[in-house]
Amino acid sequence: MVATLIRMTGDWDLAEECAQDAFATALERWPSEGVPRRPGAWLTTTARNRALDRLRRKANEAVKLREVAVVAPGPEEDDPSGVPDDRLRLIFTCCHPALALEAQVALTLRTLVGLTTVEIARAFLVPEATMAQRLVRAKRKIRNAGIPYRVPPAHVLPDRVQGVLATLYLLFNEGYSGQARHELCAEAIRVTRVLAHLMPDEPEVLGLLALLLLHDARRATRTDAAGDLVVLAEQDRTRWDRGEVDEGLALLDAAMRRREPGPYQVQAAIAACHASAVQADDTDWDQIAALYGSLTRFVRSPVVELNRAVAVAMAQGPAAGLELVEALADTGQLTDYHLLPATRADLLRRLDRRAEAATAYREALALATSDAERRFLSRRVEEMG
Amino acid sequence: MRYMLLICADESAQVDEVDPIEPWLDKAGARRLDGSQLRPVADATTVRVRGGEVVVSDGPFAETKEQIAGFDLIEAGDLDEALEIAAAHPVAKFGTVEVRPLWED
Repeated sequence: MVATLIRMTGDWDLAEECAQDAFATALERWPSEGVPRRPGAWLTTTARNRALDRLRRKANEAVKLREVAVVAPGPEEDDPSGVPDDRLRLIFTCCHPALALEAQVALTLRTLVGLTTVEIARAFLVPEATMAQRLVRAKRKIRNAGIPYRVPPAHVLPDRVQGVLATLYLLFNEGYSGQARHELCAEAIRVTRVLAHLMPDEPEVLGLLALLLLHDARRATRTDAAGDLVVLAEQDRTRWDRGEVDEGLALLDAAMRRREPGPYQVQAAIAACHASAVQADDTDWDQIAALYGSLTRFVRSPVVELNRAVAVAMAQGPAAGLELVEALADTGQLTDYHLLPATRADLLRRLDRRAEAATAYREALALATSDAERRFLSRRVEEMG
Repeated sequence: MRYMLLICADESAQVDEVDPIEPWLDKAGARRLDGSQLRPVADATTVRVRGGEVVVSDGPFAETKEQIAGFDLIEAGDLDEALEIAAAHPVAKFGTVEVRPLWED
């Protein structure tokens, strides 16, 4: 059935998802309405209708967007194959830097993924009217400001690709952090996959796809039954999604062979170090610390510095890490970021400086943003006695 | 499409070296329809009519750090072309260039 759908839609993810939907609908209806005479045919038809519905919605949105955008000839117009790819143009139009980030994400979900306004609003926890207005404004700006509908010319392409990748990464993180909303992660992966398929020569695109897959593979183990956070070291690695890990590692390999490193490839390489460690103790922390070092060359961010400090602590001991964390705290950056005192607390705890650790845990507790984090930190404060 | 480039900069800021405008004028060429540098805000006057009364006051329309220092009206095929011209303007290196499409139907 999935194969039939793939042949029909040409979209693997969409096919799988619609098949799952059909099964879910069957489970809902068959007990009350009775099992149809030919259950297999019923399922295929239901799944096909759902797929057609989504494809139609996507096509409609794409047409509408093309109507409002300035249709400029792109470089691929000269492509002898004569099949300029509309999806690629769409991605670049939706993620144009002249649009606000949240509008970029919403437009991408609407036009590339084919989600309804209601679905997008629900995913971002905003009222439907707010989301509808956001989409209307974005489309109006595309038309009125003359945002082009094309793949940018070569001289601005690297910058624009970075913008698109940032939008997709944001979309993924929106679904990954805090209240996990997995559908956003799935959509981010789906669109990144399309982009990787369309731009197979861009190592950073492959790098982002690898990164997203390697993170997504750990999803099921990131929270326990009570919804509490499970730290990386305590996650049940046997439950990581092997298929996603393998695909992520293969993509990263393909990207690195091009010898054009970038921030997404480095982050994927860090995720790969974790994914390749059978047990937490097997983790190659020296390598991770070195990778964070190279990441700081691409991304000047105190958060990256903090992560590097954690890796150094794991590789060389808590005292070496603490030195870096305290140097970072002295710069006065990240004063509102709970993970700074939380990291400091953790290192102090491992150095058995319990009183200082308790104070730092309390500082972190005051800054924490989610209930799961607050519960975790409260437990630590108690343990410090 | 026509776009207005509002060239904004902090008048009080000391800028070491401003690139000459000529290469930019050459680059924009015939796409630049009009434009000029403006005299400083010290020479600006604002007018409002409130309740039938004309209120004239000294200074610019808004007291902000950056002020409009000049304008350029350009013709461009799309926003990307307009942004490319704007980014090449010498003031973009230290000030801000706002790119506004003209209201055209």
